[in-house]
Amino acid sequence: MNFDDTPQEAAFRAEARRWVDANAPKQYEAELSKASLGRIRLQKEEIVEVGKAWQKKKAAAGWACLHWPKEYGGRGATPIERVIWQQEEGVYGKLTQPFQIGEGMCGPTVMAYGSEQHKRHYLPKLASGEQIWCQLFSEPAGGSDVAGLRTRAEKKGDNWIVNGQKIWTSGAHYSDYGLLITRTDPNVPKHKGLTMFFLDMKSPGVEVRPIKQANGMQEFNEVYFTDVIIPDSQRLGAVGDGWNVSLTTLMNERMSIGARLATGFPEMFDFCTNLMTEDGLAIDDRATRSKLASWAVKASGLKYTSYRAISALSKGERPGPENSIGKLVAGSMLQDIAMHAMDLEGAAGVLTGAAEQQASGQFQQMLLSSPSMRIAGGTDEILRNIIAERVLGLPGDIRVDKDVPFNKIPTKGR
Amino acid sequence: MNFDFSDDQKQLRDEARKYLAEKCPPKAVRTVLDGKEAYDRELWKGLAEMGFLGVAIPEKFGGAGAGHLELCVVAEEMGRALAPVPFSSTVYLAAEAVLLAGSESQQQKWLPLIASGGAIGTLALFEGNGNPSPQAIKLSASGGSLNGVKKPVPDGAIADFAIVAARTGSSGRETDVSLFLVDMKADGVEAKTLTNVDPSRGQAELTFKNCKAEPLGPANEGWSILSQVLDRAAVLMAFEQVGGADRALEMGRDYALDRIAFGRPIGSFQAVKHMLADMYVSATLARSNCYYGAWALSTNASELPEAAASARISATQAFQHCAKNNIQVHGGMGFTWEFDCHMYYRRANATALTLGSLSYWEDALIDRMRKRNAA
Repeated sequence: MNFDDTPQEAAFRAEARRWVDANAPKQYEAELSKASLGRIRLQKEEIVEVGKAWQKKKAAAGWACLHWPKEYGGRGATPIERVIWQQEEGVYGKLTQPFQIGEGMCGPTVMAYGSEQHKRHYLPKLASGEQIWCQLFSEPAGGSDVAGLRTRAEKKGDNWIVNGQKIWTSGAHYSDYGLLITRTDPNVPKHKGLTMFFLDMKSPGVEVRPIKQANGMQEFNEVYFTDVIIPDSQRLGAVGDGWNVSLTTLMNERMSIGARLATGFPEMFDFCTNLMTEDGLAIDDRATRSKLASWAVKASGLKYTSYRAISALSKGERPGPENSIGKLVAGSMLQDIAMHAMDLEGAAGVLTGAAEQQASGQFQQMLLSSPSMRIAGGTDEILRNIIAERVLGLPGDIRVDKDVPFNKIPTKGR
Repeated sequence: MNFDFSDDQKQLRDEARKYLAEKCPPKAVRTVLDGKEAYDRELWKGLAEMGFLGVAIPEKFGGAGAGHLELCVVAEEMGRALAPVPFSSTVYLAAEAVLLAGSESQQQKWLPLIASGGAIGTLALFEGNGNPSPQAIKLSASGGSLNGVKKPVPDGAIADFAIVAARTGSSGRETDVSLFLVDMKADGVEAKTLTNVDPSRGQAELTFKNCKAEPLGPANEGWSILSQVLDRAAVLMAFEQVGGADRALEMGRDYALDRIAFGRPIGSFQAVKHMLADMYVSATLARSNCYYGAWALSTNASELPEAAASARISATQAFQHCAKNNIQVHGGMGFTWEFDCHMYYRRANATALTLGSLSYWEDALIDRMRKRNAA
């Protein structure tokens, strides 16, 4: 048991570190280090522009999407090399946020189901950040129940005509392409009538509208489709096989090992160490200490769980299912921490101004943003189902709509 | 990075699991639980023969000389099987104390006896309510004689020797504490069995009246040695707790798969699935914290105090959580004497206290993290 790199890994790390050190946009280092939750923002510049410049530079030197094959814009790196790169890229990795959905989900789906021509055409530009992709899965009628989606695609000659609405699409407003799942046959059970496409987001009939979220920010979009034409050549997988294709996409979403999951703990520990209350330092308060300790072991537990997965990768093994717990643990923790921090601030905890408290409003921001952590990318409940079914081997839910034609499934509760 | 046990260590785990599955089924635990035996003598002998008792004791003292990673692996299996033997008191506490602070002759006398199963040892630290603290130690030592009462002492009634924490000064500082080694056959020490929540492992009260004792380690350094012993034992106990947590989770999972209600396996209800998923989460977090503790223990890293507290807290929470929800998954049957659920529940809540309570370790963790951050 040790934390050492193998000689090969050490050489790779040294090379990555040298390159990052010589090329990273250091003017943003301080700002990026502070940002821990939600969309990253820069004071003076657009994150997408700064991110694109960084991604382009990385791609030119072979550090973008490095686990992808070279011919598609990657480096052909091993999974452990990818983890090492992420560690060395450090805070600058936050600049890649606009590309993560493309790199993590759309790209792998195109790689698995696209034609060779498509792969050579689209993937290198996706990898280098020149073109940004978004994922158009969720709908007002289908969040956790993705297969309940209603956006229709109808065949007309060599094209498909798409009508409907997607929601919760991150980055749709700056994306060039989108991965779109549609219903092509409502007369068969819901999982069987789906088909996957990709499309140019500038196609006529595509309308992107930002959603004003509960925290007051606008990070997601609604995307409306009105008679949008998609050539059949942009279909991924067979007609009616969209559900299986989407599983490839979602599978890739879950396997981001070594990803930086914000738990709020370092910020909270720091806050409690410095906050003077009428009874003394917050960290000397018994109730607070007990909570801090519980959060501390969750944060360290997550860290060492990812170390175990990295070790498996280093040995060329597939990591076990342990990593599925990350978001489930971190999401609630952020929320709990925000509430306790504000409680410690007393009545003034309601104030959100940056000048108000020692914490400069960061916990208030955390409070308002954290509900999304427990929903986006799989709700807590879906994640528990996944752990129960795939890890513990418990039976799947009884699905009353499984064998019913989609257009016969009730659409209202009462 | 290789944050995992080696193939040899995993093989040792498999051997230990197989051995305990055969020699320590729930029936064997019940023999002690029901008060028919003070501990499982046959098993104790067998564990010695298998080399498990001396796994981390150097070869020159009759042990296997393997190391603490190997001991962690064995500890996990002991917890899994609820082994009704004085393993934790003898191996994590007494042997570690003798290894850390014993004189050459003390080591030569006691370590081979431990490894061979010929001596049961324990640590007599507590004096009634409260957590480890130098101020709580009132038992006095003067002129090599001990006077006072210790309780609870794990496995105190079956111990052959005890490491005793005693007061040798009155400055109010840690240096007031010194450690002594007492042969339980000596005059002036009496053991009385106390009832406790987990009768599959005994607790006792030891009364010392002018009992002759030899010092263990330098005088006035008792507290510093004790702190190290407790940190080391915390990691080992945490593995035991994780073993128990995992087993409780498995029991709950298996029952949820088999038990039919409302025409379907209860494991298909989300209320039950989610409870089991949460048990998996806490057991996984605990295991990962334990691995870090194992690394720190086996390398004598300066991170050990923090790593030990993290492992201890996380494993205590996980075992309590899994044991209580295992009963819940079982419903009414989980509350019968016949089902084994209560044995895990008892062990979870007894191990949660034996080295100091959860709040004690929470306090310790925060102090240690603060110290590191300040440095």
